[in-house]
Amino acid sequence: MSAFRFSRTPIAPEELRAELADPACGGYAAFEGWVRNSNEGQSVRGLTYEAFEALAVREGERIVAEALRRFGAARAACVHRVGELAIGELAVWVGVSAAHRDEAFRACRYIIDEVKHRLPIWKKEHYLSGDSGWVNCERCATGGEHAHSHAGEQAGADGVRAAHVQHRRR
Amino acid sequence: MSRPADPVTGVARPRASAAPLHGLLLAGGRSSRMRRDKAGLAYAGSTQLERAMALLEPHVERAYVSVRPDQSAEDLRARFAQILDSQVNLGPLAGVLAAQARHPEAAWLVLACDLPFLDEETLRHLLRRRAPARAATAYRSSYDGLPEPLCAIWEPHCRESLAAYVAAGGQCPRQFLLGADTELLEPLKSQALDNVNTPEEYGSAMAALTPSAAAHNAPGKRISVQYYALLREQAGRRDESLVTRAGTPGELYQELARRYPFTLGPDVLRVAINAEFRDWSAPLADGDAVVFIPPVAGG
Repeated sequence: MSAFRFSRTPIAPEELRAELADPACGGYAAFEGWVRNSNEGQSVRGLTYEAFEALAVREGERIVAEALRRFGAARAACVHRVGELAIGELAVWVGVSAAHRDEAFRACRYIIDEVKHRLPIWKKEHYLSGDSGWVNCERCATGGEHAHSHAGEQAGADGVRAAHVQHRRR
Repeated sequence: MSRPADPVTGVARPRASAAPLHGLLLAGGRSSRMRRDKAGLAYAGSTQLERAMALLEPHVERAYVSVRPDQSAEDLRARFAQILDSQVNLGPLAGVLAAQARHPEAAWLVLACDLPFLDEETLRHLLRRRAPARAATAYRSSYDGLPEPLCAIWEPHCRESLAAYVAAGGQCPRQFLLGADTELLEPLKSQALDNVNTPEEYGSAMAALTPSAAAHNAPGKRISVQYYALLREQAGRRDESLVTRAGTPGELYQELARRYPFTLGPDVLRVAINAEFRDWSAPLADGDAVVFIPPVAGG
C-alpha cells in the first residue's frame, strides 16, 4: 500500500492497523482525527475536505518516509478523508509500528503535525447557522487584521487551535 | 560639495579625514505588518537580504547583517557576517548602536532590508555626497521631506549623541537625525526608497521587479491552472487552460487576480508547478500545470 492516500469512503482503522503488523515490532501507536461539533465558538454540523491529491500524495509519502528515518520506526501509514464528513467521523488516521513505543509515538506525532502543515488539503466548515467557511482562508485575506500564518498551527479536527501571528516589535 | 569619483568604481574617494566605511543591513525587524520575514521576501529569484547585501558589499570595507540574537542561526542570516543587537525593543537603533559599539572608529552605511527599489545609482549618489564632518548624510524623504535614516551614512562622531538620545528614551532614528547635524540630500528618484511593509506592497513590488516575459516580447505559453477550495469558488471554476505572457507564477497570479475576485494575496498562498512546490519566481514553461495553494487545513 502507498504510505499516504486519500479515501472517499469511511476509514476502517482496524484494517489499516493490520497492514502495519510486523513480528519485529513491539509497539504500535495511532492517531485519529475526528470531526468536532464546534470550532472557534461556532457550532459545526459537518465538514467538506478537498485536496490537491497529486501533490498531497507525493508530499504525504515524503512525510512518512521522513518519520521512519528520523525516529527509526518500522512501518507507518496515513489516510486522509476527502468529501463530506459528519460530526464524529474519522477525518485522518495515522498508524506507526516500531520496535519500541517511543519511536512509534514520536513518529506518529511527527506525521500528523507535518500533514496538517504541509499537505494541500482544505477544510470547509458548515455551521449550524447555515454559514460555511474555509478554515484559515476566510480571515487571512490580504490585509486582514488577524491573518493566520500559512505554516502555523491550523484549527483541526483534533482541536489544535489556530495560532495568530503576533504583532510584535523588535 | 562633491568630490572626484574613482574612475573605476564611480564611488567617491573619501578624504583622508573620512572614517572607514562599513555596511550594516538591518535585518532584525519583526515584519509584523508583513506577517512574514521581510528579509526573506524574494524578488526576481533572490531574497531581499541577498539583494541588499550584494548592493552594499562593493561600497564598504566590510558588510554586516544586523540581527537579533535569536535570529543569528537562521539559514538566511547565518551566511553573512553579523552584528547582534544587545538591546531589545529598541527597533532599528539597536542595530546602529551595536554596530557602533563593535567598530567605534567606523562610519556606517546603514540600510533597511525592506527597500527593494534601492539601486546602485541612489547608493553611489549618497556616497559621493557623504559629508564626513557632519553627524550623518541622508536623503530627504520624497513624501514628507524628513530624513530617511535607513539608507544613510552614520558617522562615528554621532555615537555619543545617539547613545544619549537612546538613554533619554528616544527610539526614532528619524527624530534623532532631525535633531543631529545631518547633511540632507534631495532624493534622486522618487521611488528608490519606498519601503515594503504589507503584503499588498510586496505584491506590487514583486510584479514591478520581476523581469517580465512580455517586455522581452516572449511568445505566449499555454498554461493550465487548477483551482482549489476558496480560489475555486472565487474563480467559479475548477480549472482552465490559458495562453499567457506571464513569465512566473507571480505574474500569472497578478493576471488572474485582475480577472477574478481573489481575496488571498501571494503572501498567504503557495505555488505548485507540475505538482511540486515551487517559488513565485520560478520560470513558467509551455504546458506547465500551475496550482495556487491557499492556506492549508488538513487533519
